[in-house]
Amino acid sequence: MALNPPIDRAPEIAAAPAPDGWLTVVTRFCRTRPLGAVGAAVIVLMLVVAALAHVIAPYDPVANDFGGMLAPPSRAHWLGTDAFGRDVLSRLIYGSRTALLVGFGASVLGATLGSVLGVASAYFGGRVDLFLQRVMDIFLSFPLIILALALVAILGNTIPNLILAITVPMIPRAALVIRASALAIREMPYVDAARAAGFRHGRIILRHMLPNVMAPYLIMLTAFLGQAVLLESSLSFLGLGVQEPMPAWGLMLRGAAVEFAEAAPWMAIFPGLAISLSVFAFNLFGDSLRDALDPRLRTQ
Amino acid sequence: MPALAVARFERRLCRRNPVLGGGRKERAVRRATTVGRGAKPPAECDEVPLRGATLRGVVGTLLEVRNLQTHFATRGGVVRAVDGVSWDVREGETVALVGESGCGKSVSALSIMRLVAAPAGRIVGGQILFKGRDLLRLGEEEMRRVRGREIGMVFQEPMTSLNPVLNIGRQLTEGLEIHLKLSPADARRRAEELLAMVGISDPGRRLRQYPHQFSGGMRQRMMIAMALACNPSLVLADEPTTALDVTIQAQILELMKDLSRRLGVAMLIITHNLGVVARYADRVNVMYAGRIVERATAREVYGRPRHPYTLGLLRSVPRLDEPRRARLTPIEGQPPDLTRLPPGCAFAPRCAFCVERCTREAPPLAEVDAGGHVSACWEAARLERVGEPVR
Repeated sequence: MALNPPIDRAPEIAAAPAPDGWLTVVTRFCRTRPLGAVGAAVIVLMLVVAALAHVIAPYDPVANDFGGMLAPPSRAHWLGTDAFGRDVLSRLIYGSRTALLVGFGASVLGATLGSVLGVASAYFGGRVDLFLQRVMDIFLSFPLIILALALVAILGNTIPNLILAITVPMIPRAALVIRASALAIREMPYVDAARAAGFRHGRIILRHMLPNVMAPYLIMLTAFLGQAVLLESSLSFLGLGVQEPMPAWGLMLRGAAVEFAEAAPWMAIFPGLAISLSVFAFNLFGDSLRDALDPRLRTQ
Repeated sequence: MPALAVARFERRLCRRNPVLGGGRKERAVRRATTVGRGAKPPAECDEVPLRGATLRGVVGTLLEVRNLQTHFATRGGVVRAVDGVSWDVREGETVALVGESGCGKSVSALSIMRLVAAPAGRIVGGQILFKGRDLLRLGEEEMRRVRGREIGMVFQEPMTSLNPVLNIGRQLTEGLEIHLKLSPADARRRAEELLAMVGISDPGRRLRQYPHQFSGGMRQRMMIAMALACNPSLVLADEPTTALDVTIQAQILELMKDLSRRLGVAMLIITHNLGVVARYADRVNVMYAGRIVERATAREVYGRPRHPYTLGLLRSVPRLDEPRRARLTPIEGQPPDLTRLPPGCAFAPRCAFCVERCTREAPPLAEVDAGGHVSACWEAARLERVGEPVR
């Protein structure tokens, strides 16, 4: 008993060091996970390109030039022109807008709605949980692309519908992962405390539980980004996504690109590279982020 | 702050008692003179006045639990966690619910809040009268307005009862904005007052911090501030000090007692710590296996326990005024399986005073002494002769 130190210094002990600034966090991430940093750099580059497309694109992406069709890469057209004489580089640059809009839109929506459903499912438990989980199982039984295809076919292929079609199959995938984390949160006394404080269910789910599943949420979000970009390209390639003449990477791979693949390979190679590079970058960043945020989920 | 709170309480008091009009000083004088029996209706006069300086003489029953039954359906059968329990809390009073783990103390508190985990747990019978309303009959929305607003709750684990991702200010102002409809700026001011009231210095800075930056004792102070935020008339404290170290325990209990007195808030303290009971409770309910076995004033319970279980509890506490080599006497055996309670007294298998009747018939709670001292024991009279005064 006599060995115990005096207790009156509690406030000093409690004053924890200030949380790291964002610059420190970024530097540490770059040092410990260089691949993730490369992925992040590519993503940032894409974002900048998409935002400044109208400034940096050398040509109008939809302007036809029937005098210079299927021109190989040259000083005037760095990546050549397509079957309508449109500049491939400009179309790639503008295409990044479509890819990122659909990619971010669908994954943010999908991960968010899925998280809300997952947390609600865990919070209410019992029959609500059982019902929601069975509905999710039904959606999960369809492959991602089949469900998205069916939805686009039903809804029609405008950009908002495309986002929606990619969002829907992502919701149950997010809900499944988030629910597992939320089940643990549900048992925390602070959730009971919030109930005892007289808060509504909605408030407890959104304000008290959702912020606690931020780590799995971010991991799901970055994992979805690459998938969403790929899915959008696939749908466009199949003719069910973005329509001509709007520039989109998947769209650039179809039609004339197939027909003239041997005579004008630049028409297919560069959009293909853009898709691969962006998906690769999203996945690299997502994996590193997951390792950094939640070591338990590391792939074996 | 204290003056303000007392004034608020006086207003509340006068609304209830139109007799007590007049200026503040006059009222205070009258209050001082009516402490004890004066203004009480005859039916409530059976209680000995406990502390001279409190307002107990003029206030009535705040919470009355009647024959509460809360059961849990498990694979092994129905667990009668709370099995026909009745007790009450008067306004401004501190009542303790004492018993060992699993005797139904916490479930009693959760039942009052109607937060027993469904579908396994269910309140199957009884009434919970709070300010004359039966809480068990309220709609979910009405009940939500009682929680936090009229009944505050302090939980056992200050480490996990605060949300780690929300800052202190957010957690403290949320209830104020929802229940009292305060503007964010007003709520913030009130939150600062509350933190200062529970003895946390530099509240402005503390409000911007997160729970991990608080020590255990400070978190429990914060929990108390949250429970008191909306001026409730009752605070349920479920093992409020169990997770704290001993010196902090005393600070927290002193704080609760002081605030309860200053704000006129009634408290229900759920604990297994008899020291807590002795010092801070006005009346004590001893629970065993889902039932109340003895109820009396704290002084009575310590001085003249009239139930073998209470006596056993008291004898198992180390005493400073006895030789250090004196052995503690534990209660032999295990608490009974709540799915299969014996037909007679649940304590009979462990009881040194057990007679043949105890295994056949469950003893009812009966008055054993003047002053509302009740005990559920057939041998209570024998106990008075045998049980040596403990204090």
